[in-house]
Amino acid sequence: MAETPHPAQRARPLSPHLTVYRWPVTMATSIVHRATGLALSAGTLVLCWWLIAVASGPDAFNEFTSLAVTPLGEVILFGFVWSLAYHLLNGIRHLAWDLGYGFAVPTANLSGIIVIAASIALAAGLFALAYLGHGGYYQ
Amino acid sequence: MSLETPLHKVRGMGSAHSGVTHFWRQRVTAAALVPLSLWFGISVLGLVGAHEAATLAFLSQPLNAILMAAFVMVLLYHMLLGLQVVIDDYVQSDGQKVFLMLLVRGLSIAAAATAIFALLRIAGPL
Repeated sequence: MAETPHPAQRARPLSPHLTVYRWPVTMATSIVHRATGLALSAGTLVLCWWLIAVASGPDAFNEFTSLAVTPLGEVILFGFVWSLAYHLLNGIRHLAWDLGYGFAVPTANLSGIIVIAASIALAAGLFALAYLGHGGYYQ
Repeated sequence: MSLETPLHKVRGMGSAHSGVTHFWRQRVTAAALVPLSLWFGISVLGLVGAHEAATLAFLSQPLNAILMAAFVMVLLYHMLLGLQVVIDDYVQSDGQKVFLMLLVRGLSIAAAATAIFALLRIAGPL
C-alpha cells in the first residue's frame, strides 16, 4: 500500500488531444484558417512596409525589392499569396455556414477538400501570373 | 426563470456586453474583402519584379490608390477583429489580454496611418 501513489499524483488517462486524433478534414481546415489568419496579420504589416518603401524614394524601394527577390523573400511571398488564397476561399465557406448552408458532414468534408485543392491552384496561378514576363506585367 | 432584467433582454447584449457587434463586423469585413482580395491578387501582385517607375505609375492611378487604401483599411480592421478572438481564446490573464489588445490596436493604427501617408505621397499634389 505504501508504494501506491496518491490518486492525485497517478498518471490519469487524458482526454484525446491533437496528437492522438486522426485529424478530420474539418478540424484541419479550421486550424489552418486561424494559422493563415495569423500569417496574414504579419503579411499585412509587410504590405504597409512595401507601400512606405515605394513612397520613400529609390533607396528604400531598392532595399525592399533586394530583400524580396532573395529565396527567403520569394518563399515568404508565396506563403502570403497561398495564405490569402486559403483564407479567402475558406472564409467564403464560413460565410456559407453562417447563412446555414453546407453543415452536413459529407458536405463539410467535401467543401474542405475543395478549399484545400482550390487554394493551392489559386495561389500557384496568381504566383505564376505575377512572375509572367519576369518584371511585372505593367511594364 | 431568468435573472436578466427586461431591459437587458431587450438590448440583447449578452455576457460580452456588446451583443453581436463583433460577430457582425467580422462577417461584413470578410464579405468586403472577397472582391478586394481578388483585385489585390490579380492586379497588385502583377507589380512583383516591376521597376520603381512602373510601381509608382500603378499606385498613383486614382482607382488603384482608392482600392489599395480600402483594401488595407478593411484588412487591418478584419485583422484586429480576428486577433481579438485569438487573444480571447488563448490568453487567460486579464492584464495580458488588455495589454495585447492595446498592442494590436496600436500596431493597426500605426500601419493604417503609414499606408495612408504612403499612398498620399505616391499620388502627389494635384
